[in-house]
Amino acid sequence: MTTAPTPVPAPAAADPSGGPGAVAAGPATPPPATRARRLRGGSWLAALPLLAFFAIGFGLPAIAIATGAFTLSSDAEAGAGSFTTANVTDSVQGAYWTALLSSVKLSALTALIGTVVGLPLAQAVVTSRFRAVREAVLTASGVLANFGGLPLAFAFVATLGNAGEVTKLFHLTDHGWTLYGFTGLTIAYLYFLVPLMVLTITPALDGLRRQWREAAANNRATTLQYWRHVALPILLPSLLGGYVLLFGSAFAAYATAAAMVGATVPLISRSIADALSGNVLVGQGNLALALSLDMIVVAVLVMAVYLPLQRRSARWLS
Amino acid sequence: MAQLTPTAGSGRRPRPWRGAVLLVAGLYFLVPMAASVWFSVDDPNGGVQFDAYTGLLSAPGFTDALLLTLELAAATVVVLLVLLVPALIAARLGTARMRAVLEVVCTLPLVVPPVAFTAGLIGVLRWGPDHLMDTPFFQTIVFVQQPEFPLVLVIAYVLMSLPLAYRALDAGLRAVDVRTLVEAARSCGASWPRAVVTVVLPNLRGALLNAAFLTLALVLGEFTAASILGYQPFAVWVYSVGNSQGQMSVAVSVLSLLITWVLLLLLAAAGRERRPAPARS
Repeated sequence: MTTAPTPVPAPAAADPSGGPGAVAAGPATPPPATRARRLRGGSWLAALPLLAFFAIGFGLPAIAIATGAFTLSSDAEAGAGSFTTANVTDSVQGAYWTALLSSVKLSALTALIGTVVGLPLAQAVVTSRFRAVREAVLTASGVLANFGGLPLAFAFVATLGNAGEVTKLFHLTDHGWTLYGFTGLTIAYLYFLVPLMVLTITPALDGLRRQWREAAANNRATTLQYWRHVALPILLPSLLGGYVLLFGSAFAAYATAAAMVGATVPLISRSIADALSGNVLVGQGNLALALSLDMIVVAVLVMAVYLPLQRRSARWLS
Repeated sequence: MAQLTPTAGSGRRPRPWRGAVLLVAGLYFLVPMAASVWFSVDDPNGGVQFDAYTGLLSAPGFTDALLLTLELAAATVVVLLVLLVPALIAARLGTARMRAVLEVVCTLPLVVPPVAFTAGLIGVLRWGPDHLMDTPFFQTIVFVQQPEFPLVLVIAYVLMSLPLAYRALDAGLRAVDVRTLVEAARSCGASWPRAVVTVVLPNLRGALLNAAFLTLALVLGEFTAASILGYQPFAVWVYSVGNSQGQMSVAVSVLSLLITWVLLLLLAAAGRERRPAPARS
């Protein structure tokens, strides 16, 4: 696989409207200009249903959030539909601000632990002599990374909840253990975040060439020095990218927290759900949309880190 | 330069840390599974009983919820593939700009968490009674919310699974030279639909299965949008059961994990079938 963009025959003279990726139909034949144009028109046509669906299904809710967050809701006494910044101001104050901070804290912490734990696990799998170990762990990771939501919550309640098997076995409640808090939620989240990290980082670890390690060893580098000066700098973009992915997953999660801890840990996703079910003051009907906007802003900020990093890492590992 | 470093060509050297890491991870991941299985068959009066599993079928609402979820899943997979596959194949044949546009479109839903997206959907649905009472759009908005088959959930699920399905299909398409295949088929006289259906699609079997599986897994477990919008597919039913019958909800969790596992193994088997010996170089 080449990292450079695929070279294009560039029939620029024949087809002035053709962009950099104009359809390569062979530079020698004169007719490609018309053919290319027809093909391109057809290809946009094939994508039209998807784009239309996206515009309606995704565009309209996005507009609803963007406009709703800045207008008075219809249940206000006066001036329904007029411009206001009250929703957004309210959404970053008091209990809502606490919930947002708590969400960010939980996501940042679980993503960090997931990254730090996932890397050695993935390395153990990648360097394993037994093919079966690798296959088994990767398949299991695929399953567990998708094992979020309710089943996860119930599994942990059955294990570490007040009547859970492990809790009963070791009498953990006598030692002050409770699953229904920040720590419990962290432990549960890691159950799908660590496998996600393993899946994300394994291709990058596979891309670490043996020669680099040998070159480092030939220069008398210790294992620690190899990791500190060679492997980690190369892996850093992938690691950060994985961290962002984990952060996003933890940040967006709702069902696990809703079923497991209820309201003991304030989370922004729960605040939105509460606000949507009408659990707000009169006139704050659009508060849920403002909270959603906050959530999207955080997600966008974090994702904005991810995309450039992906490109950088692709340069080394391909 | 006097000595050859012993590490070169190693890998046979025992590494205790690897065993330790795998052991700890194995414990962390296996204990909750084992405990859940035990919890679901543990009889409070001592012994083992399988009431939680056998009682499932006769539990009130179970069949309805499961059927609704399966219908939603089928509709979502079909709609998603019908929309996405032609667009992605066309993008492979089309310009780089088109590929970029599709990539952005298919990645954007990642930025909007399901809760926020659901809030936006509810915002749109409220336009119905608020502003559109006298227009035909109102009927449309009522239609997508019908309780027997909430189309609004299909729309939501298609968009939520768009990034996953896109990545699965795109990876599959990268491995296939779509342009050459299509041009070969076309020059043999095949029509466009025939070239795509009989030549390109069979080469994408693994990717299509992968995308369908990921979508299926997402819809089967989806709770956020359904519960907030007030419908009762499977996950929401499990939640309501969990409040009264803990054992049964854990039994369902065990089953859902098993089903995911089986589906993934089937998928791996199906993918391996058409990867014969010449693939390894």
